Amino acid sequence: MSNTRTIRRAKAGTTEPAWVKWTLIGIALAFIFLFLVLPLAAVFTEALRKGADAFLEAFKEPDAWSAIRLTLITAAIAVPLNLVFGVAAAWAIAKYEFRGKAFLTTLVDLPFSVSPVVAGLIYVLMFGAHGWFGPWLQAHDIKIVFAVPGIVLATIFVTFPFIARELIPLMQAQGTDEEQAAQVLGASGWQTFWHVTLPNIKWGLIYGVILCNARAMGEFGAVSVVSGHIRGQTNTMPLHVEILYNEYQSVAAFAIASLLALLALVTLVIKSFVEWQFERDQKAAAELPPERPLA
Amino acid sequence: MTAAATAGGLPGGPSAAPPSPATPTAKRPAKRVLPGFRLTLGFTLFYLALIVLIPLSALVFKTFTLSWEQFVSAVSSPRVIASYQLTFGASFLAAVVNAVFGLLVAWVLVRYQFPGKKIIDALVDLPFALPTAVAGISLTALLASNGWVGSVLEPYGITLAFNRNGVVIALIFIGLPFVVRTVQPVLEDAEKELEEAATCLGATRWQTFRYVIFPTIAPALLTGFAMAFARGVGEYGSVIFIAGNMPMLSEITPLIIIGKLEQYDYAGATAVATVMLLASFFMLLVINALQSWQRKRSGA
Repeated sequence: MSNTRTIRRAKAGTTEPAWVKWTLIGIALAFIFLFLVLPLAAVFTEALRKGADAFLEAFKEPDAWSAIRLTLITAAIAVPLNLVFGVAAAWAIAKYEFRGKAFLTTLVDLPFSVSPVVAGLIYVLMFGAHGWFGPWLQAHDIKIVFAVPGIVLATIFVTFPFIARELIPLMQAQGTDEEQAAQVLGASGWQTFWHVTLPNIKWGLIYGVILCNARAMGEFGAVSVVSGHIRGQTNTMPLHVEILYNEYQSVAAFAIASLLALLALVTLVIKSFVEWQFERDQKAAAELPPERPLA
Repeated sequence: MTAAATAGGLPGGPSAAPPSPATPTAKRPAKRVLPGFRLTLGFTLFYLALIVLIPLSALVFKTFTLSWEQFVSAVSSPRVIASYQLTFGASFLAAVVNAVFGLLVAWVLVRYQFPGKKIIDALVDLPFALPTAVAGISLTALLASNGWVGSVLEPYGITLAFNRNGVVIALIFIGLPFVVRTVQPVLEDAEKELEEAATCLGATRWQTFRYVIFPTIAPALLTGFAMAFARGVGEYGSVIFIAGNMPMLSEITPLIIIGKLEQYDYAGATAVATVMLLASFFMLLVINALQSWQRKRSGA
């Protein structure tokens, strides 16, 4: 008798009474609704406030299209470069031991803690008219700041750690056993990477790429500093939103913003899918019979 | 395709360390068996220097061209001091709100079942995915006196847009995922046996939470708090639309830098940016220390 009572009490002790539970769920949902659902819904309702025609009008402007094009170009350059870096950095940091590794990992994370505005400023100080390379660039008629290359550089900076920081812990957790086995069996470095490492890290890789892409397309502060805001030339989508908004073209601003919000939603869907796949793979791996020791 | 490009570089290693089955590769220390160390580390350092270290050093060198008096007057004028107070104060307040509600959301997501839980879980990352400028104009539309929330609050004399309140609201939005996402995994891994033991020993549910669960998640909670705070200090896009940007009142420090740049005051902008950079270095150190504390806790 006393034994069953203890068990019942122990069970009750790891859950809360129903009223506490539902109050906590209620508060959490109210908070999520106020701070996440409402702002998201507001983007679309503001965009459609004056009907579908006014909404579509925003996309008839050539400036809007040049902003969309520039955003796509920027992401198409920044994401692959950071992908190459992310894989190389994760390989070096996760697969080998060397001095200063912890410091290097911290440096890789550094761009996350630098304000976007400061990120933009450093490129102005490097390549601006009064910057280190300013006079040389002017003499050779190369424009970096207030032009597309500056926008791409600033975007690369702010999205720098995304892929590396997804891959480093993942590859560290996986260790080097499988790669060493492949090497012993005579695989080249390339074959080892392509057939052994890549399948193991693919979900982490996709995860990093979509987050990197979302930030690359949505970056505002850093790009705003280096862009110069030349309509139709150096405006990305977020900058175009700002210009329209400041000109009181609210519907047009929210129309472009709704496209970016859709991008965010697609990102969240892919991200959830990747997490789900990753967990499924993990479970499947856990259910495999224990490996026999390599002798 | 790009992954192939990276990997295409990796075999640069084999010539340096041939893994031929004929040679006694297995006897060598494991860390040198895999090819590509020099190539990947070399590329990592090169890219890091090119994109991050050299440009950041440009900021430091530019600062050293200022005299001490110039530097001090640029970073301590009353308008700049007011912006520090707002930036750090609002970030702190927003991080506190996020610590409380983020812990609550993480708790609810880990411990309870309710309809729509998966969607809520996915939605928590929205501030990471939604461009800050979009968040900024959307929050402004909501909180302005004719917006859904603003029109409800106006009769009570509460205005949340175009003043300091707006800054805090925007920073709560931006920092929301940090606490949830750092606390959630720790809460998932927490051992239920400890809670059962506490209950068997006669602890109330609150005592169990206070003395058993909370100490386990405290390092993660602090880490999330520090990350949300650090993000808030640097935030620009979401804040400038909703803040009203009144000098001395609702002007954040990143906006001061932009303002100085627009007046071609590069020296002043650099000086203020250096202060912000030092602040972010400091916070990076704190976050690193918190994370290693957290690892030690969960390892023990």
